[in-house]
Parts: sequence; C-alpha cells; structure tokens
Amino acid sequence: MRITLNGEPRDVTAVRLTDLLDELGFGDARVATALNEQFVAVGDRAGVIVAEGDRLEIVAPMQGG
Amino acid sequence: MRAFYETELTSSLMLGTAGYPSPAILAEAFKASGAGVCTVSLRRESAGGAGQDFWALIRELGIPVLPNTAGCHTVKEAVTTAHMAREVFDTPWIKLEVIGHTDTLQPDVFASVEAARVLSEDGFQVFPYTTDDLVVGEKLLAAGCEVLMPWGAPIGSGLGLNNEYALRAMRAEFPEVPLVVDAGIGVPSHAARAMELGFDAVLLNTAVSQAGDPAEMARAMALAVEAGRAAFQADPMEPRDMAEASTPVIGKAFLS
Repeated sequence: MRITLNGEPRDVTAVRLTDLLDELGFGDARVATALNEQFVAVGDRAGVIVAEGDRLEIVAPMQGG
Repeated sequence: MRAFYETELTSSLMLGTAGYPSPAILAEAFKASGAGVCTVSLRRESAGGAGQDFWALIRELGIPVLPNTAGCHTVKEAVTTAHMAREVFDTPWIKLEVIGHTDTLQPDVFASVEAARVLSEDGFQVFPYTTDDLVVGEKLLAAGCEVLMPWGAPIGSGLGLNNEYALRAMRAEFPEVPLVVDAGIGVPSHAARAMELGFDAVLLNTAVSQAGDPAEMARAMALAVEAGRAAFQADPMEPRDMAEASTPVIGKAFLS
C-alpha cells in the first residue's frame, strides 16, 4: 500500500505501526511518531494499524535553538 | 540564581545547538561555554539516521536538554511536537515557540498562552518564548508557566535588547519568576546587559554558532554572563546626567 512518509509517497507492506517502523529501519531508533497528525506514543504503536493513504511522520533529535 | 522548575543550573547561559560548522565544533563550543542547558529540536528522520548520531552527541554534553517547538504556527502543531519531544528527549521541559509572524518570528502570544495551558495541564514544564508584554507574561503564568522567556530582539537578528525599558519592567513586575532573555543576543555585551538587568539566564545560539570562532565566542559569552550576574548582585550605581568628581575636593592644594 502507499502511504505518505515524512511528506513523501512510499510503498510499504507492514500495517501495524511497530512492524512498519521495523520495515523502514527505525526498529531501535530514538524516534517519535505521528499518524495523520496525531501523536502516537511508543507504548501505543503496537495497537495502531496504518492504512492506505495515511500520513506518517517520523521525527528524531535534531539541532535547534 | 532562581531555579527552573526546581532545577538549579550550573550556568546562566543556555546555548542552542543549531548552525555550527561541524559536530566537533559544536562540542568544542559547548565545552568552552560551560552552558547550563542545551536547546534541541525535532525534525523528520532520514533513512540514514542523522538524528541518532546527534542524540549521542547531546548526551555526551551531560547538561539538561530543552527541546523546542520551533517552526510551529498553531496550538495543535506545538502541542503535538511537545509530546513527541517529551518522548524522544525524555524530559518534561519544553521551550514553547508558536510563531505568529514570518519575517520577525514574533511569537503568536494568543496561541502560546493556549498551548501553554494545554501543556501545563498535561504535566509539561513550559519555557515560553514570548514578547516583553507584561499582560501576556501574566497570562502565561496563569496558564501554568513558571518561567518566562521574552525576546531581546528577533531570533537570529543579533540586535541585542531592543526594548530595555520593557525588560526592566518585566523584571520588576515578576520579581519571583525566573526570566530568560531568549533571542536577539548578538555579542557578549548584550548578554552581560541582560544579566545586569537581573535576568536569570540568557538563551542564545546564532551569536555563537555563526561566529568565526564559535568556541572562543562561547567562552566570551560565558564570561559576559558571569560578569553581568556579578554586577547585578553588586547593586550598580545609578547613572546621572552631570559629572560628579570621584576624587575628593577637600584637601586639594591651593595652586592658582
């Protein structure tokens, strides 16, 4: 299915958010997630199903002022 | 120095991590600054995992981390970003920025007050980037903030303290509240001046990261903050318009 990952179209296979993060290579990474502009906490990821057309944001620590 | 949400800082200098020529120079500048806090942000993670290396670098600094909501323009964006930051950086601290004007990066104080209320109720310890408006300051405190961070001048401008009168008024109006001049500091004299006015800290980034020698500027800022703080504690003299001889007149020899 096709989702929007960090603003870019992306074809993925996993539907559970935890599995999807593994598929994308973020399995152990220190990242935070939001699905369709809603924050998804780490503890809630396993219960979240990603669907066609969903918008997933994955963010990580970055330089800031 | 006043504590920030019960945390005593080791230095009144809060230093940003953006815009350094390299990670090595960032680390060198932080070491030279002795900064008490580092500010950080969240951005989309790339496949290469740039954020993971940065996180390792930040942890090595060994100082409290203050994540920001830079770039947010709405309450919802800022609140969601704060939740993501709390999880990633493992801290209840959030530097709340809700931008209202593109050119000046002036905060949207109305949205900031609302976001501060939502976040405070959710257990966040909010450090609001605000203007020097006393009424807004009062509303931010009522919303749950225990720190205020008025701008000195627009972010990244290096113009210094544009309205010293307003900052002095803020210090007088909120004598018990930790106050930080956030944004606008360009050179050490600006930082020293903010501390002379009785501010508890200054938060700066570009002045150090964009200097020709960031580590040396970081050291200069540390000295300035320390000097300004000491000067405030020493209770400076009042300025006057006319000269007053410092050398005693009595006992001067009659020679004319």
